Amino acid sequence: MIEIRDLHTYRGLNYVLQGIDLDIPDGQCTVLLGRNGMGKTTLVQTIMGLLRPRGGTVRIDGTDIAGRPPFAIARRGVALVPQGRRLFPSLTVEENLTLGVSRRSRGSRPAGGAGWTSERVYELFPNLGQRRHHRGNQLSGGEQQMLAIGRALLTGPRLLLMDEPSEGLAPVIVERVGQVIADLREQGLAIFLVEQNYGLAIRSADSVSILANGSVVWRGTPGDLDADPAARESHLGV
Amino acid sequence: MTEFIVQTINGFTLAGVIFLVSSGFTLIFGVMRVTSLMHGAVFLLGGYVAYSVIGALHNFFWGLAAGTVAMGALGLLVERGLLPLLRHSEFAELLATLGLVFVIDDVSLAIWGGNPLNITLPGVLNDSTTLPFHGIVYPNERFFILGVSVVVAVALYALLRRTRVGAIIRAGVDDREMVSALGINVRVVFSAVFVLGTALAGFAGVLGVPVVGLAPGNDVTILLLALAVVVIGGLGSYEGALLGSVIIALADVYGTAYFPAVSYSVLFIPLVVVLLVRPQGLLGRRSMA
Repeated sequence: MIEIRDLHTYRGLNYVLQGIDLDIPDGQCTVLLGRNGMGKTTLVQTIMGLLRPRGGTVRIDGTDIAGRPPFAIARRGVALVPQGRRLFPSLTVEENLTLGVSRRSRGSRPAGGAGWTSERVYELFPNLGQRRHHRGNQLSGGEQQMLAIGRALLTGPRLLLMDEPSEGLAPVIVERVGQVIADLREQGLAIFLVEQNYGLAIRSADSVSILANGSVVWRGTPGDLDADPAARESHLGV
Repeated sequence: MTEFIVQTINGFTLAGVIFLVSSGFTLIFGVMRVTSLMHGAVFLLGGYVAYSVIGALHNFFWGLAAGTVAMGALGLLVERGLLPLLRHSEFAELLATLGLVFVIDDVSLAIWGGNPLNITLPGVLNDSTTLPFHGIVYPNERFFILGVSVVVAVALYALLRRTRVGAIIRAGVDDREMVSALGINVRVVFSAVFVLGTALAGFAGVLGVPVVGLAPGNDVTILLLALAVVVIGGLGSYEGALLGSVIIALADVYGTAYFPAVSYSVLFIPLVVVLLVRPQGLLGRRSMA
């Protein structure tokens, strides 16, 4: 689905991504771990087009989209569940959900992620259905996270970028997020999951990469990582 | 008492005109983060264009349409032609739109001269009505202006609250990047809002002539009022512009009528109070950065 090669991104004057090589295959959950400040969010934002890389390529099905605007990347089937959720406080739950769905784009979206409607999201997250006319900022943390996921799904993606979806949530809600990730993956959606929560990451992952100081320093399966306490200790501190 | 009632109606009429200007001003800032200092000059130029069109066609409504469309076109030209050259530099955008104020002022002075001009509304609108209380006689044109402002305000509210485009605009005020990440080409929305905002300023510039006149210097006055409105109401907020317009307009007419020596202070006291107590504006959001 996505091939990242030698990607370099600055944040202002900070040289954050220093040559990233990473593949995000179709239909799998690819997990990115790493300590705070190592560039995980910068990588997600670069893939989504929110940051413009200085060099390197990000190929979606062979087409380089590095430096394209976010809306063009979204229309190629990439959706973002951003860190901090970034819901629209001026919009109702329903408006938040359906903002990315336009009559024009419905037909032209890539086929893989088709079929998501607000009704289907409300079935998945009944709490949201009861609050569809509330403002986006009147929800609990867990509901906000579900809304952020639903909003991304309604753009009809084939790849979901999830930036720390467990952040600030109670353990039981984190558990629920883990289920949702597993379900979505089961339905054929590719997921790129950035996490601090080691447990959630390992349970969800097909493959794991670890980011440190702007480059990928370790990659393997969750099993490999579990069997490699040295890597966990030096890169994650867990 | 009679005086007070008349001043209050005056206040709401002025509020209507100020709202038409500041709603566009606040939306442009909200979605684009551009403080368009040319907004007052657009208001003035819209009136001048209408004055000439009315002179040629002898029809007020053609003048109103011409002033609106011409200013919308000017907005499109600036948004597409000028702003992309300066994108992401707020300071350059401020200076460029300020520079346009001087250009518009000088061109207007050359074409329409420095004397105050007037636009008369047609037919019954140019008459007066005797109100059923206190025997107040009030010009119809001002009721018309108030009525049209209310209609536009309602239409704008419907656009913002009831349509998908409106949802995109409101979401754009909250978080532009995230709107784009949902597959929406925000640049197109920006252009549309900028054009709508400048067209509204042109529209107000024509409609507002019976209230604020048509003369050099009005552009600065209107810009100051619009700035005060959005500071009080909260930058980027439609409801804030509505509330701010009423507060500023009433402060202006009461100040001028009852405290003429310090009328400017009366106008800006609400501004200072809001800045001290609630710097994000009465209906503004603190998180807007």
